[in-house]
Amino acid sequence: MRLKCDNGRVDTSSALVLHHILKRSFSSSPSSVVLFLAFSQPFSHYDRVFRKLGCNLAAQRDNDRFLFLDMLMLQCPGEKIRETQSGWAASVFEQIERVITALHEDKKFISIIIDDISFLEVAANGSSSDVLNLLHYCHTLTSEYGCAFIALGHKDIYLNGDNAAIILEMEYYADILVRAEPLSTGLAKDVHEQRAFSRFQKGEGEPLRGGAESSN
Amino acid sequence: MAATRARVSSFSRNVSTETSQNPGLKHGPNGTMFISSGIPDLDKILGGGFSLGSLVMVMEDAEAPHHMLLLRNFMSQGLVQKQPLLYASASRDPKRFLGTLPSLASLKGDKSSDLSHEKDLRIAWQYKKYFGEPQLNLNTNNGGQHDYCNDFDLRKPLDRQFFSGSNVDCVSINDSPNLTALQDRCAGFLAKFSRNEGCIRTAGRIAIQSFCSPQCKYSNEEWHMLSFIRSLKGMARTSNAVVVVTFPPSLLSPSCSKRLQHMADTLLSVKTIPDEDKELAKLLTGYQDMIGLLNVHKIARLNTQVPVILEATTFSLKLHKRRFLVLECLNQAPVDGSSGSSYGTSGGCSGSTKTGSLDF
Repeated sequence: MRLKCDNGRVDTSSALVLHHILKRSFSSSPSSVVLFLAFSQPFSHYDRVFRKLGCNLAAQRDNDRFLFLDMLMLQCPGEKIRETQSGWAASVFEQIERVITALHEDKKFISIIIDDISFLEVAANGSSSDVLNLLHYCHTLTSEYGCAFIALGHKDIYLNGDNAAIILEMEYYADILVRAEPLSTGLAKDVHEQRAFSRFQKGEGEPLRGGAESSN
Repeated sequence: MAATRARVSSFSRNVSTETSQNPGLKHGPNGTMFISSGIPDLDKILGGGFSLGSLVMVMEDAEAPHHMLLLRNFMSQGLVQKQPLLYASASRDPKRFLGTLPSLASLKGDKSSDLSHEKDLRIAWQYKKYFGEPQLNLNTNNGGQHDYCNDFDLRKPLDRQFFSGSNVDCVSINDSPNLTALQDRCAGFLAKFSRNEGCIRTAGRIAIQSFCSPQCKYSNEEWHMLSFIRSLKGMARTSNAVVVVTFPPSLLSPSCSKRLQHMADTLLSVKTIPDEDKELAKLLTGYQDMIGLLNVHKIARLNTQVPVILEATTFSLKLHKRRFLVLECLNQAPVDGSSGSSYGTSGGCSGSTKTGSLDF
C-alpha cells in the first residue's frame, strides 16, 4: 500500500496524518514494524509528540518495532565525488533493504515512512534522478515484501513545474492520497485542518471522503 | 513494557532553577525553552519568544530594510544578556554593523504611561482573563540586564562593552565562493551549546543577514543554499541556540523560496507600507504612524503537533516615540468616520497591546 500525504501550504502540516498512521500501526498488530526515515525532525520531537498520544516511542524502539533512521544531517556527496561512487540513492536504499529483508524473515508487516520528501531532495542536492531512483526502489519493496510506503510532501513547492517529476511520480504510484489544507472557513483553535482523501483504483481517482482534524 | 529501564515518565516535572539563574531563558510548553526576540510585542505574539533549537526565517521586502529592525533587536537582546552571538552578512566588515545595534532604553516613564492607560482599558477587556492567556512576566523593570526581554532605543547605539568581548563572532560571506566556511563556523559555534549536557548554562544566537543577496558568489546556487539551511536547521535542533536568517524571496526562484519557507520553524515576513496610500489610510487606523507590516506565517511547534493559532497574523510595525519598535494589531477604521463604532478604535488607544481587532 502506498500512501502520500500532501500539504499545500507553509502554515499547514500533514504531520498529523503521519502521527496517526504511526500510532495505529503499533496498535494494529504486534508483528508490525515501522521503519522511519526522519529528514525533518529528530527523535526527541517525535518521542514527545507520541508521549502525549499515549505511545512510548522509546520503548517501541527498544523492542525493535520502531526503527528510526536519523537523516537530518545526511548529505549527498558533492558533484565531483558523486560521479565516482555507486550512487547516493543506491546506498541509502541498501540501508533500507537490509533492514527490510531481516524483518521480512521474521514475517513482520513493515511500514516505511519518510517524513519529508522535500528535505530528501535537498539532501540529494536537487538531483531528481537520485530521488526518483530511491522512490522507485522503495516502490519495489511494496510489491516484493508487501510493505506499506508512506511519504509526506509539499505540493506548493512544485507549482512552477520545478522538479515536478518527483511529485507526479509519487502521485502516480500512490494508492491513497491525503491532502491537508487549512479550513476553508478560516483559522480555528479547535479544528486545525481539513483533509481530502483520494483512493486510486486502476488509475482513476475518486474522492473517498473529506475530514476535519484537530491535533489536540 | 520496558519496566526495567529507569525512564522519566512524561508526568514527572523537573524542577529546574535554570530560568531563575539565567533571566535570558524562559520555560516554554512541551519541554522547550524560549529566548527573547528583543521585541516585547513579538515575544507576546509568539507565545514567549523564540524556541531554543529553532530556525527563524524572515522574508525581506526588497524595498525596505525593516528586517534589520528585527535583526538588530534580536542581536542586542542577546548581547545585553551575555548570550554568545555569531553574526554573518555579505558586508566586507560585518563588525561595523554592531555599532548600529540599539541600546537599552533608559527611561521607564514612556512605558509606564502606557501601562496606566492599559489599566483604564482593563474594565473593557476584562473578559480576556477567562481565555487563560499565559501570564508573561515581561518588562519587570528590575534593571536592563536582568529582564527576559528589554526595550531598545533605536536612536542610541549599544554600549561597546556589550560587544567588545569574545562572545561576538562576525563572519563576512562576501568573498566566500561557497557556504562551506560559514557552515563550519556555525557548526563550531553550535557545538558549544550542545544539548547533551544536563543543564543549560546559556543560549547562543546566530544571525545571518540577507542570506541570498546577489553580492554573494553562491547566490545563484540554490541547491547549495538549501543544503546549507537544511544542515543549519539540523545542527540547531540539537543545540540550545536560535538561528535567525533573513532572506529576500523575490531574488529566488519560487520553488526555492517555498522550500526555505517550509524549512523554517518560525516564518515571518516584513512588508513596506506605501506612503500616502489614501485607500489604506481610510481602511486602517493609525496608518500614518506605521512604517511597515509584519506577517507571522508560521510559529515553531517543537515537541508538539498542536499548531499555534493566532488571533491575528498581520501586525503593523510602528516606532513609538520614534525610538521603540512596537507591533500592533491592525484596526479597521470606522466605515463612516463617526465615533461610537464598536469595531474601530482610535489610534491613541492602541498602545502596544492587542486591542479590538476585527474578529467575528
